Amino acid sequence: MVWKKHAYEDIPGTYVFDGRTAHASYAINKMLYTFNDEKCRDEFQADPAAYCDKFGVTGKLKETVLKKDFLGMLRLGCNIYFMAKMAIPRGTSVQDAGAAFQGITTKEFQDKLFQRAEGMIGKMEKIGGYWNG
Amino acid sequence: MARLLGGVTSSHIPAVGNAIANGQTQTPYWKRFFDGYEPAKAWLKKAAPDVIIVVYNDHGLNFFLDKVPTFALGCADIYENADEGWGLKPVSPFQGDAEFSWHLAESLVEQEFDICTCQEMKVDHGFVNPIRALYGTLEKWPVKAIPLAVNTVQHPVPTAARCLKLGRALGKAIASYPEDIKVVIFGTGGLSHQLQGERAGLIDVDFDLECIEKIAAEPEWMTRFSNSEIMARAGTEGIETIMWLVMRGALRDDAKVIHKHYHAPISNTGAGVLVLEN
Repeated sequence: MVWKKHAYEDIPGTYVFDGRTAHASYAINKMLYTFNDEKCRDEFQADPAAYCDKFGVTGKLKETVLKKDFLGMLRLGCNIYFMAKMAIPRGTSVQDAGAAFQGITTKEFQDKLFQRAEGMIGKMEKIGGYWNG
Repeated sequence: MARLLGGVTSSHIPAVGNAIANGQTQTPYWKRFFDGYEPAKAWLKKAAPDVIIVVYNDHGLNFFLDKVPTFALGCADIYENADEGWGLKPVSPFQGDAEFSWHLAESLVEQEFDICTCQEMKVDHGFVNPIRALYGTLEKWPVKAIPLAVNTVQHPVPTAARCLKLGRALGKAIASYPEDIKVVIFGTGGLSHQLQGERAGLIDVDFDLECIEKIAAEPEWMTRFSNSEIMARAGTEGIETIMWLVMRGALRDDAKVIHKHYHAPISNTGAGVLVLEN
């Protein structure tokens, strides 16, 4: 029994949420999915360890949840959208998580986003036909 | 007969909904992004569709990972927005058009697109935010809306080629509906972005602009890429751009470009608005 290799596994710094990852992280993503419901959020908040046990979230994954180690959760295969349901209400944005992956501050992460967009108006003018106010 | 008037693309990121909800659309960060919607809003107002079909991906509101349909069509009279767990206040429910949806479902299956039909379907920010950006946030929505969800969250996700073909089948399905209604399709999501991993924060303006140009004029171009190749250029979440091809495939090959708008960065993304008239 083997997991098939994919071309996307060679993209640097990139973790594609595929069957292999989803299979391994099913229990924790299922737990995070329940956070759509306020009652479940409250139940988790009251006793995080018991809530993990209820969903079969154990071992390293449970440790990362209890430590609110969102980067660790992502590295262990949590889906970013499901992780956001726990992280955002606790003050960690998706940009904070992205910055943490690179070991930089959120401000530095945001600055890099602006740097990557530099020159966009000139590029649009060269192609032509773009709205620009 | 039903008439497909055109297609509109829009970002659907949560930040767009937050900016609208918090009255930030005219702040320096957001102004250029939202002002670039005005020509699209004007076109939409003039076109005055009776129904919009919104192609989007669910991010864990309606679908959990226990069942992940590749393509899922809403076939209900009403679609509710709901709490997604991170604080965006739900908006008013959307009225659907069940008769039209079931016609679309029958036609798509006849054309060998074996989609999942949904008689209950909660719609998340991916569906809601483009409508808010293009119509405003209203107590009562001025148009019926039908959700068409594409799995872009858990791989395998459909190829760009498959999405374009789905669009072509959808175009035929719309054209064969006997009622005299006007339809517009929204293709949402994209453009380049990656939320996680050491490569998080990727934006590729050149690729984004090429996508806008080619999707308008020569959508087959995008079907040459595998999903791995698209993610290598546009980021893992940039794969959402394949949903623009569903919109594009439904339109005539010679659909006219009415409006092009691009802005980056918006949150973590490059964001594009493309209006095509059939």
